[in-house]
Amino acid sequence: MRISMLIKACVLLLSVMWLTPAAAAAIEELNFDNDEQKARYSELIAELRCPKCLNSNLAGSDAPIAADLRAKIREQILAGNSDREIEDYLVERYGEFVLYKPRLHAGTFALWFGPPLLLLAGLFILRRMLAASRQTAVAPVDLNAQEQQQLNALLKDTSAGNSSDNSSDKKAGTDNG
Amino acid sequence: MSNRAKLFIPVAFFFVMLGLLFYGLGQNPGEVPSALVNRPLPVFEEPDLFDATATISNEQLKGGIFLVNVWGTWCAPCHAEHPYLVEISEREKDITFVGVNYNDVAEDAREFLAERGNPFKLNISDDDGSLGIDFGVAGAPETFLIDATGTIRYKHVGVIDNRVWEDTFEPLLAEIRRTQ
Repeated sequence: MRISMLIKACVLLLSVMWLTPAAAAAIEELNFDNDEQKARYSELIAELRCPKCLNSNLAGSDAPIAADLRAKIREQILAGNSDREIEDYLVERYGEFVLYKPRLHAGTFALWFGPPLLLLAGLFILRRMLAASRQTAVAPVDLNAQEQQQLNALLKDTSAGNSSDNSSDKKAGTDNG
Repeated sequence: MSNRAKLFIPVAFFFVMLGLLFYGLGQNPGEVPSALVNRPLPVFEEPDLFDATATISNEQLKGGIFLVNVWGTWCAPCHAEHPYLVEISEREKDITFVGVNYNDVAEDAREFLAERGNPFKLNISDDDGSLGIDFGVAGAPETFLIDATGTIRYKHVGVIDNRVWEDTFEPLLAEIRRTQ
């Protein structure tokens, strides 16, 4: 009994969730002459930024201005204007702010070429650092007999010290136990 | 360069990036640089809000200082701004105030102005928002200052209050009045 009610509630909820976007889309049911125009429209509203919203494209914005601009873009596509003409139309009024893909000119050099330049600089520095560390690491020093003896003595000392440390630790352990 | 000095390069780089970050934080991201400032008024011809048979064109906004305010009865900040516009329109006699009723119902707009005072000499009805697009308007209120040559000198996004008027409009107005 209870389970069937739960299922009914779920079905109701799902149907509501399914219907809502369909109803919202119906508000802007758009007719184009052909699929190519429709594709261009989708691409343009995805690539152009809503001037009212800080970071949302025209396609994803509920702002009234975004709806007005979508209508304007559709109107211009139907009038046969090219993508470039439509972009120019908007840039003339709202500035380059509306372009998510900024145009290449003196003001946008840093934007376009900054990241690859930084990457190259990083790779260059990394290469130099690796080369430098390889140079210092691989440099065997030849020891003469006396130095070798000294080294052996030092190594013996430390290993003896370590073992005595270990034994004292063990002793302390047994004492406590 | 000594090795010791080289160690400071990443630190210096870090501080440069930090500086840029703080500069970015200080900017208002809502303030979109206007494409129309220092350009002539767009060409338009739109219906008069109070007389549907008459039109107002950009030719009528020439030969003096004009303040074009884009507003709508649906816009709450415009309600807040309205009394101040009425006040300055009574004070600044050499400025012609022009209202662009944006994306609105003409009847509601006329009622609003009758009730709360009409600061505008010219009232343009832009019920489909097309003039707004030509002015690069993203929302309301937005206000444009136009000089005697018909050039847009400044665009203000948001409410005009006493502080905005004194800090931004008055210095510009003084310059415009001096040069014309």
